[in-house]
Amino acid sequence: MLQIKCPCCGPRDHDEFLYAGDASVSRPAHNDADFERWYRYVFVRENPAGAHREYWQHVMGCRQWLIVERNTVNHTILSVNFSREALA
Amino acid sequence: MHGYSVFSILRNGLSGQKHWPLAWRAPSPKSNYDVVIVGGGGHGLATAFYLAENHGIRNIAVIEKGYIGGGNVGRNTTIIRSNYLLDGHTQFFEFSLKLWEDLSRTLNYNVMFSQRGQLVAAHSPDQVDAFSHRANVMRLNGIDAEVLDRDEVRRMVPYFDYSETARFPIYGAHWQSRAGTARHDAVAWGYARAADAHGVDIIQNCEVTGFIRQGERIVGVETTRGQIGAGRVGLAVAGHTSMLGRKAGLELPIESHILQAFVTEPIKPIVHQVVAYGAGHCYVSQSDKGGLVFGGGLDGYNSYAQRGNLGTVRDVAEAAVALMPCISRLRILRHWGGVQDMTPDAAPIICPTPIDGLYLNGGWCYGGFKATPASGWCFAHTLATGSPHPLIAGYGLDRFRTGRTIDEFGAGPFAWLQ
Ligand SMILES: Cc1cc2nc3c(=O)[nH]c(=O)nc-3n(C[C@H](O)[C@H](O)[C@H](O)COP(=O)(O)OP(=O)(O)OC[C@H]3O[C@@H](n4cnc5c(N)ncnc54)[C@H](O)[C@@H]3O)c2cc1C
Ligand SMILES: [Zn+2]
Repeated sequence: MLQIKCPCCGPRDHDEFLYAGDASVSRPAHNDADFERWYRYVFVRENPAGAHREYWQHVMGCRQWLIVERNTVNHTILSVNFSREALA
Repeated sequence: MHGYSVFSILRNGLSGQKHWPLAWRAPSPKSNYDVVIVGGGGHGLATAFYLAENHGIRNIAVIEKGYIGGGNVGRNTTIIRSNYLLDGHTQFFEFSLKLWEDLSRTLNYNVMFSQRGQLVAAHSPDQVDAFSHRANVMRLNGIDAEVLDRDEVRRMVPYFDYSETARFPIYGAHWQSRAGTARHDAVAWGYARAADAHGVDIIQNCEVTGFIRQGERIVGVETTRGQIGAGRVGLAVAGHTSMLGRKAGLELPIESHILQAFVTEPIKPIVHQVVAYGAGHCYVSQSDKGGLVFGGGLDGYNSYAQRGNLGTVRDVAEAAVALMPCISRLRILRHWGGVQDMTPDAAPIICPTPIDGLYLNGGWCYGGFKATPASGWCFAHTLATGSPHPLIAGYGLDRFRTGRTIDEFGAGPFAWLQ
């Protein structure tokens, strides 16, 4: 079990959270007509063995969206932030 | 190759089992090969074998960073079936099943392929409809498939929960009688031995760390045992496809995720088929030693750790007990995990790449063991001729650009939900 330190609720088991994938990709603007940018946003992933920025939502708690930085090899959690703050 | 036969067993038995020849050599890498295959899992070894057997190419190396069979080929739950719905999958996996049916003979190695059949329970009238659709597609493609009603299921697997209080009652099942299991290690070892007999060099404890280029073309690999030149390079590294792809300059729609498997303490024979729960993710077979081997869904977040988390153990065990309450007191002996290369449509990527000299065999997700013979066959064809075998025409990297994904599961482009 991973333990994620939710900045709102404190340390909680990861199965209270919904995983939502790589947070390092950014969505092109709605009116962006560039095909390659959309293709890469939807499909291409860096998939690092090491630090990975990823979305988790605390669905069974405060329901906040978080960005967690986690090492994909040993599962050390390096940082947890509200995504609205991390993206701002 | 010294053939294995009744006579060799008798001869070696009478001489104290001391004279068996090694099943494959341990050569030092040569400076150059016609084809270098990276990854000594099932797919890499099968590719080498079919390159030699079907295409007469003998100057081949399979380069493995650990030992052969140490990856997913030795970690999976060995379910083999061809009950796929979507065109592209249906034909490919049936071709694979046909190769399985003859594999022990082809390799002169007993891979213990056991066609005990696979039963997937249906828990609602709608699921029976969906299974009928699937069975009809299979039959139209000449594949055996049946839809069983509740009584037929009950006769075949009396230990399911048929009570009034079952959370998900049994309405019927999908049944493929030619499905089954095989011995995973034997598949790696059998392909390795047969490839070696054709002159293929299997080089273990040798990690590929980079690629050698001449202009735009890849002409070899950098390894922990020096540079090795190659006419063509084929990648078959399963969960590590992204890492090597990046070194080659490929951008890939792949994420690495963990799938776990579990085995219980041994009990007397009870599960005579492969059985699967239709209302959650769990499937069970019984090993020859008596342990119930079962698996379920992914751990759910990107991971390169070859071990899983306990939440998934609980989820899968709950599903298993919901299906067969009689096993609730069994103890789990071991659980382990494998790093899988998950794609956004859960279909493999097996094709030439935009990089000259580089060919890709990956993205097998949780279903690549059953694909091993056909994948090796078709990837060998691709490496030998430079263009994809017709059976894998739909498995190209370009399908994500053209919108022609083969999305059997229909979970959207999210690797961890497949
Ligand atoms: C728990 C579990 C259960 C599964 N159950 C089933 C099932 O029931 N049915 C089914 O069909 N499929 C199943 N699968 C999927 C199946 O096991 C895989 O899709 C398939 O084995 C992958 O192909 P492979 O055998 O070539 O992979 P592997 O055996 O993983 O081979 C890849 C090899 O590449 C090597 N490698 C990696 N990087 C390098 C490098 N840089 N240099 C040199 N070598 C390198 C690795 O060491 C490894 O040996 C399961 C998988 C898991 C993890
Ligand atoms: Zn919270």
